[in-house]
This record gives sequence, C-alpha cells and structure tokens, in this order.
Amino acid sequence: MAQQTDSIPDSEQIAKKRGVPEGLWIKCPGCSSSIYRKEAERQSNICPKCRFHLYVSARDRLVQVLDEGTFEAWDANILPTDPLSFSDKKRYAERLLGEQDRTGLTDAAITGTGMIRARRVAIGVTDSAFIMGSMGSVVGERLARLIERATEQTLPLIIISASGGGARMHEGILSLMQMAKVSAALARYHKSGGLYISVLTNPTMGGVAASFASLGDLVFAEPKALIGFAGPRTIKATMKIELPEGFQTSEFLLEHGYIDRIVDRSRLKTEIAQAIDYCGKY
Amino acid sequence: MNNTPPGLEFEVPILDIESKLKSLLAQPLNSTVEESIRQLRRQWTETTRDIYSKLNPWQTVQVARHKDRPYTRDYLNLAFDEFIELHGDKFFGDDRAMLTGFAKLDRHKVMVVGHQKGRTYKERSACHFGCAHPEGYRKAMSKMRLAEKYGLPIICFIDTPGAFPGIGAEERGQSQVIAESMFLMSQLKTPIICIVIGEGGSGGALGIGVGDRIAMLQYAYYSVISPEGCAGILWKSHQFAPDAAQALRFTSKHLSHLGIVDDVIEEPLGGAHRDHQQMAARLKSYLLKTLGSLTNSSSEKLVERRYDKFRSMGVYLEQMEDGNQNLVGTPITADMV
Ligand SMILES: [Zn+2]
Repeated sequence: MAQQTDSIPDSEQIAKKRGVPEGLWIKCPGCSSSIYRKEAERQSNICPKCRFHLYVSARDRLVQVLDEGTFEAWDANILPTDPLSFSDKKRYAERLLGEQDRTGLTDAAITGTGMIRARRVAIGVTDSAFIMGSMGSVVGERLARLIERATEQTLPLIIISASGGGARMHEGILSLMQMAKVSAALARYHKSGGLYISVLTNPTMGGVAASFASLGDLVFAEPKALIGFAGPRTIKATMKIELPEGFQTSEFLLEHGYIDRIVDRSRLKTEIAQAIDYCGKY
Repeated sequence: MNNTPPGLEFEVPILDIESKLKSLLAQPLNSTVEESIRQLRRQWTETTRDIYSKLNPWQTVQVARHKDRPYTRDYLNLAFDEFIELHGDKFFGDDRAMLTGFAKLDRHKVMVVGHQKGRTYKERSACHFGCAHPEGYRKAMSKMRLAEKYGLPIICFIDTPGAFPGIGAEERGQSQVIAESMFLMSQLKTPIICIVIGEGGSGGALGIGVGDRIAMLQYAYYSVISPEGCAGILWKSHQFAPDAAQALRFTSKHLSHLGIVDDVIEEPLGGAHRDHQQMAARLKSYLLKTLGSLTNSSSEKLVERRYDKFRSMGVYLEQMEDGNQNLVGTPITADMV
C-alpha cells in the first residue's frame, strides 16, 4: 500500500520524456488543425476546435477525475519482470526499462483509492503510452488487488481504460490469463453487490476490451474513441474488405448497444459522481 | 513427397518411410517382404521418435494445425458413447464454429462445448475455420448455464486460431461475449475441464477456457497471439513467425512449467494426426480420471479453488519495505529457452 514510484505526478517533467505529443504545437487527429499545446492542456487535452479527445496520461487522468490531493496509490510495489526471457528486435527486459524511463511509470496501470466529489472510490487507470497500455502480469495483478480491496471495503470501482495493445505479447500466455484473473475478480465483486463503472477511452482494444473494460455495470466511453476486439487493420487484411465509416468508434458501439453513455471528458467526474449516487448504498 | 504443405517439411523422412511401407504392404507377402516390413517399421519408429523429440515451437504449430488432426467432432465420435447436439444461442444464430451438446462418457453425463474447424472445405467454411462469432460464445454460455442447472460437468475442447475478426463480430459484441464468458465460467457451480486439443488462439480460446483443470495435448499450443500476428507487430513481417513462435513460449512444455496447464496428454508417436483412435483413448482415460476426482468436491469448493487457480497466474516482482524484491511466480528458466 506504500506510495512508491507511481505516486502522483510530476507531469511537467514527465511530459518532456513522453513519446506522445511533443512540441508547442500538436496536430489534432480529429480536425487536422494545428493547436497550441497549452491551450489543449487547459481544456483537459480536448481539441479547442473540434473537441477531439486527445491523449491523457494516467496521472493527469487521476488529477482530472479525483478531488485534489485525495489519491493514494495501491500496489505500486508490484513491478514487472521478464518471465519468458522474451526478445523480438529488443529484449523485453530492456524495453521495460526504456518505457519506465520515458513515461515515469513502472507499468501501464496505476491503481489506488481517492475521492470523487467526496465519495471514496477504488480507481484504476491504464496509460496507453506504456507499451500501448497493454496488460501483462503487473497490470493484471494490480487490477485484481484493486477489485479485491474494493470488494472488502465495499467501495465503488472505477476503471478507466486506454489500452491499444490488449494483452501484452511480451509476457505471452501469462498476459492472456490476466484477462481471466481480472474477470473472475470482477465476478466476485459483482456478487458482493459492488458498483463497477468502466470508462473506455481511446484506444481500448483486444484483451482489455475483451475482459474488464466490457464488464462494467455501467460502461461509459469518451467520444470518438477506438474500441473493439480485433484491430481494424487485422479485419481489413483478413477479410479483404473496406471498413465502414466510424467502425469501432464509441458512437458505433453506442449504436449497437454496448455502452450506456458517451461522456465528454469535461463531464466525466460529474457523471461518475451522479451514477454513484443513483446506485445507492455508498 | 513433393506435396508436403509448407512448414511440414520436417515430416518428409517419416512420410517417405510410410509410403514405402504402404507399397510393401500392398505386395503379396513372403518372408523377404515381411522382413523388409519389419525393418521399415523399426526405421519408422526411430525416425519419428527422433524428429518428434526435437520439434521446435514453429513445427509444433504446424502439427497443431495439421489438416488430419482430430477435431472436437472426432473425439465425440471416438471417445464418447453418445452425443446429442444442441444448437443455437437463442438470440442471433447457430455458430458452427462452436459445437455444443449433451454427451455420455461411460457413466458420466456431461455437457461438451468445443470449437469445431471442419474437415472438408465446405465444412471448414461453414465453421469459419474454427473462429467463433459472438453467437458461438453466447451459445456456449447458454449450454453451460444449462449444465450448471442440472449438475452436469462441462468439458471444453479448445481448438481455434482465434475469435472471428470481422464487421459482424464487432457489431454483435465480440469483446463483450468473451469477457462475459470468462466472468460466467469463473462462478459456475459445476466441474469444468478444459483441454486444448489443437490451437489455443488467444481470447477466442480463453472464452471457453476457464475451468478447474486445464489440460493440453502434447503438440497443441496456447498463445496470447498467433505467431504470425506477433511477428507482424513486433518484427514488422509475418515471415518472422517462427521467431515469434520461439519467443512466445507457448508449447505444452513451457505452459506446464509456467503453471498455466495442469496436465499434458501425451500424443501417439508422430502426433495425434497419425492415430485418432489411440489419441481418443488417451483423452478418454484422462477425462474419466479427472471427472472422477472433480465430482467428489462440493461446488462451493470447486468455485473457490478455480478462483485461486487463476488468481495465482502471473509473474512479477514485489518490492518489499526492506528494499528486497520478491519474485512471485515461476518464470521460464535458461535451460527451457
Ligand atoms: Zn480538432
């Protein structure tokens, strides 16, 4: 429970290291216009021109969603290792060090507790900058412990996903099994009557989409996020078809009945607090 | 053998002996022919044992995908006494990639849920080559709920390249159903045995893979991603699939070391595709033994142990207050690389 390396932010310093949007100006993927970074940051990294929701680090996300100064990290002492001696063009052990250095995170998820408008919650956030936000043993273990604590302490559970990588290849089958482990923990939490709000952000794919991200009592999504099981490129290549406009976006999922609400980032905190109030007992 | 499918070239010496044997066996028997047959058979055994004891992970994948490898339906025919197929997910359709129904195995009445690849081209395309759509997982879930209601043990045969990647699959909630299925299986109050009989392809495999015992045939593989998919992403080319196969540590030997797989069921010499009968007999004896031990436990105990089983999966470091790091789990050791 001790706060260690993942205890909050020094986002200024971290931002310098991050691979994600560098420089004074960033190009918005939504409307292709050049936007002044500081301006976007002032608005929770939303494009001032088209309201496209840009990347947000896990740390900044916690700052946006939680009451100031209330976050306490859990299980930051769970650290990744290289269980398979995995190597592609680079050794996984080396890759981990590089990612840790670049992002200031020890792995792709931060978990802990904090307050949302004075309501205590258990909260987990994945960061798409750390090996695509993919889930290996550490993400799985931190989330499982988070869910178990939320069960013991009867806390509402919030998990905000940003994982383009799904289950992390570099830890092989161990990553795949985290999907079952976390889903089983959620089943117990569900049985105990806990409220789980899953928030899907850009991107939420593969093994993350196909496990905890889809199991919320309530599933919220940020606008225009890419969300799905198989990657669009995989589908295109395997099926040799063109994909329809807006395929695998939040709006597509809403249309097909898989999410409860599309929530603008500026309203996320408010809407989570509201939902907790409706689902009583807390 | 000029028609050896790509990847199966390592079988050529075995196939050569087999074709010689075949032509000898077609001749009228006399003592010389009989002696040659005996010699060839010895040679076959030695050659096959030698080749199969040295299979690399990529070759193992080729065996797991072999077109003659027994599928779920073959085991139902050969190992079970009765199978009553139950179709449909009562929601959208009947996915042929997921075969479900009542089955009898000696005195045991069970529910079988298994991927089905199909043998002929027609069957294969009807089964989408074993890649299930959301309706397949919904069908599996509905039959498993039925099994729980009436106390039937569930046997899952895993054999899929992966869940189907397509527009319809995404529209009908592929992520959702796989997640729901794991969620459901983790709490089902009836024994569940999962056996990877061929390909254990990612989430599509795990979608029917949460059980009390996880077993695997000797030359099956079970992986977070296909070797081709992994090579495409990390090596930027599918040509590196053999390297990815090596790196992913997904053979039965690695997975039992990692504590993911409880039991490895040995295949007949030269792989399951050479002897369906014998493979089915071994599978049957494994199932009978395991059903016997699981049906003795109370359902509460089963669910609790099943939780603990998956809960303990993962390998990580735990930084202690005194500055030491504890290694949790069993990583692959240098001699297994
Ligand atoms: Zn924009």
